[in-house]
Amino acid sequence: MAFPHKHLIDISEYSADEIMLLLKTAERFKEVNERRIKQVPTLKGATIVNMFNEPSTRTRSSFEIAEKRLSANSLNFGGSSTSTVKGESLSDTVETLCAYKVDMIIVRDKHAGVPRKIADLSGVHVIDAGDGKHQHPTQALLDLYSIWEHKGKFEGLNVGVVGDISHSRVCGSLIPALKIMGANVCVIAPPTLLPADVATLGADSATSDLNSVLPDLDVVYMLRVQRERLEGAPFPSLREYNMLFGLTKERDHLMKPDAIVCHPGPINRGVELDSFMADHPKRSVILDQVYAGILVRMAALYQLLGGTNDGIDA
Amino acid sequence: MSEPLVKSICMNEEDIDRALTRMAHQILEANHGAKSLALVGIVTRGDILAKRLRERIEEIEGVCVPLGKLDISFYRDDFMTHFAPEVLGTDIQFNIDGKTIVLVDDVLYTGRTIRAALDALMDIGRPAAVQLAVLVDRGHRELPIRADYVGKNVPSAADESVRLFLQDVDGKSAVEILDVDPGGRAGAAPLGTKEDTE
Amino acid sequence: MALMLKNARVIDPQVELDEVIDLLVRDGRIVEVGKNLSMEKGEEVDLSGKILVPGLVDMHVHLREPGFEQKEDIASGTRAAAHGGFTAVCAMPNTNPVIDNAVGVEYVKARATQVGKCRVIVSGACTKNLEGEVLSEMGDMIAHGAKAFTDDGHGVQDSGMMRRVLDYASQFDRVVMVHCQDNSLVGEGQVNEGVASTRLGMFGWPAEGEELEIARDIALCRLTGCPLHIQHITTARGVEMVRAAKAEGLPVTCEVTPHHMFLTEDDIDDTYPTSLKVNPPLRTKADAKALIEGVADGTIDAIVTDHAPHTDWEKDREFELSPFGMIGLETSLGLVLTNLVNSGVIDYARMIELMAIAPRAILREDPVRIEAGSIADFTVIDPDKKWNVSRDNFYSKAGNSGFLGFDLVGCATDVYVGGYATLRDGKIVE
Repeated sequence: MAFPHKHLIDISEYSADEIMLLLKTAERFKEVNERRIKQVPTLKGATIVNMFNEPSTRTRSSFEIAEKRLSANSLNFGGSSTSTVKGESLSDTVETLCAYKVDMIIVRDKHAGVPRKIADLSGVHVIDAGDGKHQHPTQALLDLYSIWEHKGKFEGLNVGVVGDISHSRVCGSLIPALKIMGANVCVIAPPTLLPADVATLGADSATSDLNSVLPDLDVVYMLRVQRERLEGAPFPSLREYNMLFGLTKERDHLMKPDAIVCHPGPINRGVELDSFMADHPKRSVILDQVYAGILVRMAALYQLLGGTNDGIDA
Repeated sequence: MSEPLVKSICMNEEDIDRALTRMAHQILEANHGAKSLALVGIVTRGDILAKRLRERIEEIEGVCVPLGKLDISFYRDDFMTHFAPEVLGTDIQFNIDGKTIVLVDDVLYTGRTIRAALDALMDIGRPAAVQLAVLVDRGHRELPIRADYVGKNVPSAADESVRLFLQDVDGKSAVEILDVDPGGRAGAAPLGTKEDTE
Repeated sequence: MALMLKNARVIDPQVELDEVIDLLVRDGRIVEVGKNLSMEKGEEVDLSGKILVPGLVDMHVHLREPGFEQKEDIASGTRAAAHGGFTAVCAMPNTNPVIDNAVGVEYVKARATQVGKCRVIVSGACTKNLEGEVLSEMGDMIAHGAKAFTDDGHGVQDSGMMRRVLDYASQFDRVVMVHCQDNSLVGEGQVNEGVASTRLGMFGWPAEGEELEIARDIALCRLTGCPLHIQHITTARGVEMVRAAKAEGLPVTCEVTPHHMFLTEDDIDDTYPTSLKVNPPLRTKADAKALIEGVADGTIDAIVTDHAPHTDWEKDREFELSPFGMIGLETSLGLVLTNLVNSGVIDYARMIELMAIAPRAILREDPVRIEAGSIADFTVIDPDKKWNVSRDNFYSKAGNSGFLGFDLVGCATDVYVGGYATLRDGKIVE
């Protein structure tokens, strides 16, 4: 059966089986990534545009590596060279890309809803690489992969997401994805960083008391404090944030012995994570998440770009 | 797709066993023993045949040769036009450099699977030689590829499907010739999951 | 020249009229209302099956001229108004330059006379350049014909300044119309705060950002005695506050738009339709229900469109970069007929109060009544006409309607301004 999705934009459009297929496909790609020659010809001839309209080193690098290891032709479009800086409208930019006859557009934009708009305008495959404060589905997939790798299941897992929930596109995809997979999700944040409607995000509960929920958590997902967004001052100081919401060494004894710690990176050491936790050999899966990013992005490219089964024989 | 009609059964369990035993002898004879020999089966039927061949070789020669399985999903020439097959994974735990690799597949047809398998092998390492063992050769080659060891030549028409069933995965062992609908899948190797090929 | 309008069902609650009757018009005024009228010579129009009401007024419209003629101008905007059944509109002052002095007022009046297809009532800014810092010359603007004052689009942020505006304006018997938005709460809000902002991942525009200013301005109305008109009210609690202020006897009125009644935040789906980006934002179902109740029970005085035209290229952008506002002149009557009148929520008499009588009263315009001597501004409605909202049929330069594709029943077919037809059989008379 052909993969039933053309795009990866809204994770909540995916079923548990489809997400699991992506995770299993990602696992198979480990073998390719561990070879001397880390490249397979699967996407030979496919042209993929990485349209990053806002700065992103990590996500773009991860996509680029995934594309190259699958032999796709990739084109980086955006950054300071982006035509939107020159006043070109998004639709004109997309039409230009379409005239290049590309097969897929991977888009990062600071404005919510842009990937869907590009999908509707272009007719080619689109992967949302993060849109505004809305969604970041490949981040959610790599998080799921790391959790699955370490916990072997999702059903009944207690996952706590700590930090800037309200401005987090990571949450926008991760929380619905965890719910689809059967995990319980608790969001933990100062009230100033909780979204207006927690239920809409899909979380089962919300609290501002980290210590009270920490003993129940199997997975502690620490969000990055967006230091650049501190102007509006949702909390008084980084010091107090660390005191109330940071995963410190002192909190280690509150955690389950086998609880793991995730973080989307880059880490603010001493703010949301103490070095003790960031580098904890048993708990921290942060570098596994980075590797998982390559694997799930290869899997997503593989499943989305595979042709539709037209009945023609091999 | 309607259920393909079974036209005839050209090999039964015993036929398959006898063919594999003969092929094991041929492989050992051609390579003067089992030294630097390794078997790599193409999933999802070739890997099971390769495992059986290894058992025969061990019975005959007393040597347990390295065994691996190869998934050619990433190397198909119809990926973008056809669809993404389920990736079952390549698992070759030994270094193939300098080895004589016997690729094992169930049915040799157009030769495209073997073309992909050769590319996949070359990306993993640099074998000294690659040989091909197939249980059934049904003809209709589209590429200049031939098998070194053949269990049985089965002349077939293009609108027929020649399919191997194995006890381990299918609940029965046989090579069957099936009629397929025009435009239906006539290929030897199952393309996707078990569920959607059956 | 005389004009005889025959056989329409004429409805005017001001004179307790609702019957099939004839009207004779001469020199821009009604001469006679009665059965089986005749005249010696003139134009006679048979309006059998139609409903004739006092000319409708939309007291909240952005005509965009001067300064933003690419979006709309007085020629196109007044044609859209006439096409939508309006005989008059009140133009908002947030143009470029801002209408904050007598010259601006005269410009709009002059252009409306030259190229307009309906009456244009001019509102002036409360503060110079809408900056909320220095009082505008309200007295001079009134001397040149301004009928009301508003800093629509911004709101006056500073409470002390707002008090000064109302205090100063209270000497003129003119209404101050307020756009209620507390910028410190609203910030970069894009959609209603709550479900919509969370679902869409955008900054929320909280109901409290509007309600706090409604409460403040009602308090300042109490303090100054200046007539206060709350523009485009959107929340249930806002309606409740107006209801309480009216019960207290304060000179407070308010208006509502069709889009805030008939669309909600739930309509903003994951395609991020920028035509539904409006300010204040579309609220919840419960809010929309409360607005409709307010319309029915008299708490809400007027239905307006907040007609806010934008070019395609301005609206065809990322949601967060697209400007606020939707057009409404050409859909308002059809929406009200379909959703409120035909469905029995209000009757024609109440609709006429909301769309003709109250707007004139709030703007201190002479009333239009269906009786001898009154100004001959009429709207003729075909109550049974089924139509589909399509951009192709708009006279507006803009197409940013949130109602494209809607099936509606009832529309204006003919409009008379001062006895002259501006719309005939649904087409603008040039």
